[in-house]
Amino acid sequence: MDFLRPRTLDEALAMRAERPDAVPIRGGTDVMVEMNFDRRRPGALLDLAGLAELDTWHRTADTVRLGAGVSYARIMAELADPLPGLAMASRTVGSPQIRNRGTVGGNLGSASPAGDAHPPLLTAGATVEVASTRGTRLVPAADWYLGVKRSALAADELITAVHVPVAAGPQQFAKVGTRNAMVIAVCSLALELAPATGAVRVAIGSAAPTPRRCPDAEAYAGAEFADRRLWTVGSPLPAVLVQRFGELVAAAADPIDDVRSTAAYRRTALAVLARRTLTWAWREFRDGGRRCA
Amino acid sequence: MSTVPARTAQDLTADVAGGIGHSPQRPDGVLKVRGEFAYSSDLWADDMLWGATLRSPHPSARIRGVDTSAALALPGVYAVLTHADIPGPSKHFGLVVSDQPVLAIDEVRYQGEAVAVVAADHPETARRAVAAIRVDYAVREPVTDAAAARADDAPRVHPDGNIVRYARIRRGDPAPTADVVVRGEYAIGMQDQAFLGPESGLAVPAADGGVDLYVATQWLHADQRQIAPCLGLPQDKVRLTLAGVGGAFGAREDLSMQIHACLLALRTGRPVKFVYSREESFFGHVHRHPATLSYETGATRDGKLVYVKGSVVLDGGAYASSTPAVVGNATSLGAGPYEVPNVHMDVWGMYTNNPPCGAMRGFGSVQAAFGYESQLDRLAAALGLDPVELRLRNALHQGSTMPTGQVVDSAAAVREILTAVRDMPVPPTDPGTDPLGLPGGAGNTTHGEGVRRGIGYAVGFKNVGFSEGFDDHSTARVRLGVVGGEPVAVVRTAAVEVGQGHVTVQQQIARTELGVDRVVIPPADTSMGNAGSSSASRQTYLTGGAVRAACRAVRDRVLDRARARTGVRDGLDLAGGNVVDAGGAVLVPLAELLADGEIDETAVYRPRRTAPMDPDTGRQDFAHLQFAFCAHRAVVDVDTELGLVRVVELAAAQDVGKAVNPGALVGQIHGGSVQGMGLALMEEIQVEGGIVRNPSFTDYLIPTILDTPPMPVEVLELADPHAPYGLRGVAEPPTISAAPAVVAAIRAATGRPLTRIPVRPQDITG
Ligand SMILES: Cc1cc2nc3c(=O)[nH]c(=O)nc-3n(C[C@H](O)[C@H](O)[C@H](O)COP(=O)(O)OP(=O)(O)OC[C@H]3O[C@@H](n4cnc5c(N)ncnc54)[C@H](O)[C@@H]3O)c2cc1C
Repeated sequence: MDFLRPRTLDEALAMRAERPDAVPIRGGTDVMVEMNFDRRRPGALLDLAGLAELDTWHRTADTVRLGAGVSYARIMAELADPLPGLAMASRTVGSPQIRNRGTVGGNLGSASPAGDAHPPLLTAGATVEVASTRGTRLVPAADWYLGVKRSALAADELITAVHVPVAAGPQQFAKVGTRNAMVIAVCSLALELAPATGAVRVAIGSAAPTPRRCPDAEAYAGAEFADRRLWTVGSPLPAVLVQRFGELVAAAADPIDDVRSTAAYRRTALAVLARRTLTWAWREFRDGGRRCA
Repeated sequence: MSTVPARTAQDLTADVAGGIGHSPQRPDGVLKVRGEFAYSSDLWADDMLWGATLRSPHPSARIRGVDTSAALALPGVYAVLTHADIPGPSKHFGLVVSDQPVLAIDEVRYQGEAVAVVAADHPETARRAVAAIRVDYAVREPVTDAAAARADDAPRVHPDGNIVRYARIRRGDPAPTADVVVRGEYAIGMQDQAFLGPESGLAVPAADGGVDLYVATQWLHADQRQIAPCLGLPQDKVRLTLAGVGGAFGAREDLSMQIHACLLALRTGRPVKFVYSREESFFGHVHRHPATLSYETGATRDGKLVYVKGSVVLDGGAYASSTPAVVGNATSLGAGPYEVPNVHMDVWGMYTNNPPCGAMRGFGSVQAAFGYESQLDRLAAALGLDPVELRLRNALHQGSTMPTGQVVDSAAAVREILTAVRDMPVPPTDPGTDPLGLPGGAGNTTHGEGVRRGIGYAVGFKNVGFSEGFDDHSTARVRLGVVGGEPVAVVRTAAVEVGQGHVTVQQQIARTELGVDRVVIPPADTSMGNAGSSSASRQTYLTGGAVRAACRAVRDRVLDRARARTGVRDGLDLAGGNVVDAGGAVLVPLAELLADGEIDETAVYRPRRTAPMDPDTGRQDFAHLQFAFCAHRAVVDVDTELGLVRVVELAAAQDVGKAVNPGALVGQIHGGSVQGMGLALMEEIQVEGGIVRNPSFTDYLIPTILDTPPMPVEVLELADPHAPYGLRGVAEPPTISAAPAVVAAIRAATGRPLTRIPVRPQDITG
């Protein structure tokens, strides 16, 4: 097996085009597991570590361009302010060792329905930037996930960055696992409030063949918040609203029974997570509102 | 409480640095922490070949043919062996019953059973060769329900039927009645030992036609006894040396790659190394028996136990392994550490086409304890009594009679350890709002919503050493000589260091007995006499006893020399590398005495011999050598809406007779407690239709440090006059009581019956 070490992104893209049998590797926290378990025997590894183009992030007024090779540990340390949802999700990934190595680019590359970065990318309306010797294109996160561990990435492309809008309101992330750390999600949920547009956005992981948004729940909450003038009144959320929101999130799931849990439990848990994160985000909005006033 | 130490109290506390009662640094500690310790997977010989194993994908199938030609044709492949290549006379092995083929003969009985082995010049070549072997299977419907397998007309896993062992107890009234009766059905999933160092070893063919095997195991002589007849070699031509062991917990008591490596080494004339992958490891060793238990417990209105009726089915899987002994424990210990006048126990150990099950820390007691302790809590609720109070009213004590008729002849501190955990300070009730301190942990699933606190208690017990008539013994050889002008003791045994710290204990004993600082422990090997297994909480007792006996024989000879040299007859002792008089004044340095030649003594230690239980009644006055007890109090926070649990604290109290190494001992109690907690909350090999669904640490979950609560420990030292230094085995009891205590706490928090472990989130949310 060859180990290809490009020095620049251009070199990497050229190698990617020449060697269709080469598997990109960044943190290796998915690739090496696959190889150890003998599920993958690539002809070559294309090492993306140390490519400056991938390992940096830039912030503009309303967007963070997050290099595909930035680790979870760095996201937690450096981006918790503009990207709280993604930082919260990063905190739930694996162990300190995994968070030091693992990247959002790798999470997108694997496109596992259980990947923790996906739900906050979906709620934020992030865009995946991919490149090849043919050029660069932008893929909305919502179009990225095609099936279980299948993504929109073409065979000659590399993920270069993710463009994530800066949080415009409270964001939350919660993940259920059967132990208190270092566990693959039984189910997960990201939620954010966008007071400026009145939107409530919610996405779920490990609950369907792909991570997905929950349009009915979002529409319901958006309408209720508007009808009840909650954004301006800022009163506590009515229990019926919270309850119904949870039900609609659960209904958006298409879960399965597997070795980690049951479909029925996943639905139950998603409803609970939806109710709680909505309540937390709303509390944060109200507290923030009061602080501003 | 009578405390009659085997030596005087003064002797025991005499300050020998690093002696008995101290916690000296382990000789292997620094290397292990720095990652420099050589484990069996690090073994290397320059001209070695790599072994690999073809395993059955089916839990049950006839083998119509095996075609190895394509594998043999691969360049770099040196041998491909099937059962036809085993010289014999035996083609089977097994700890108790020799029922498991070294390589499958015409059929496979579990998923993962070894069918063929390969030796090649590279692990990748070996892997490819395995993939090139063609096996023609005729798949059969597997037998997977252990209880149903008891039926006369059930399909048979082995020709003689599916029952490996049935044992029972009939004590007292055959039809007892009581004021208050509670019944319960319980189930326990298949726990794995989850050691970190996968099965591995190196077999080196020897010039004399024999073989030298370096291997991580638990019992060198049991391996040797099973290997030799399959190789067609006499025992003394199969020599084993212990390689670095990365944990065991029972999983290395059975053979894995041993015979395969030796066969290939002898066939190819080259050293052959095996290292299982993590996934293969899940198929390469036995697991803890899953069990279904049915209990009926009767008591008087004021909470005195009248009777216990228990029936337990243990799923032994495809081969017997140590199922017979596990059945014995579940039977004789199945009523719990209580005084019960009337006991009926019926315990079956079954063959099925599930993965083979055998030894794991707690060995039959873990399963029974979940049953009898759950029952005690039910009974307490039915009586309106405090669960601890109910246990205290029935606690076993010294002089009590066990259901077998055996009278407990040393401390049984059930009352003392229960009150100790009950009286420890309770952690603060407010868990705060930081998710890391709440159920769900790092997942940020609650900030306090739905969280309820629960407290639960349990007590458990276990026999120490081998029971039911086994000739339990160990051997040690101690040589006292001079190196560089200093006295040095060399202690040799075949006792296996599995990580428990046994080599440290051997050093401590030699220091205390011989008054020398420097004690060398060469690697264990079969040139020494049998030490028995590093299991059954027995090694400090048994091999510790042998080391002490050998040291004392050496010491007697040293003192004889000293008397001859100095003319002082009485009160001589060894201390600080010298022979001292009764007042502690130096008479003669050891180094000087040993100039006349080193002293070398071998001793075999045999504790009192146990005897088999009567097959009809279970009656036996001395089925077990010693009993060891542990109690836990678990405090948990449960997210009742999500079914997630955080153990807030897991307090333990245990009587150890004598704390030979207090540091290592508390480590054993901590480790055992976490292993029991893991069984309560998450550790399960999920088997469906005989197929293992989660053979990886991605999905076989064991507690992480963030799941591990503070674990205050109270250690009691009530000496057992029959045991060396008064000690009591330590390693297993904490694993037994931890799981029922945690489940009791979850029940207290949720009000749910929770009759199955591990408790899954959906069992709590309903
Ligand atoms: C012990 C352990 C615990 C884990 N826990 C979690 C968890 O809690 N949550 C979670 O979501 N994941 C978890 N994972 C999985 C893994 O850590 C994540 O998916 C991580 O994001 C992968 O990032 P990486 O950089 O290590 O990817 P790699 O392993 O390097 O690559 C993953 C995949 O992406 C491709 N790839 C990587 N970078 C690029 C790129 N720039 N362009 C194109 N393709 C690319 C690779 O070819 C490969 O297919 C865990 C893994 C381990 C081993």
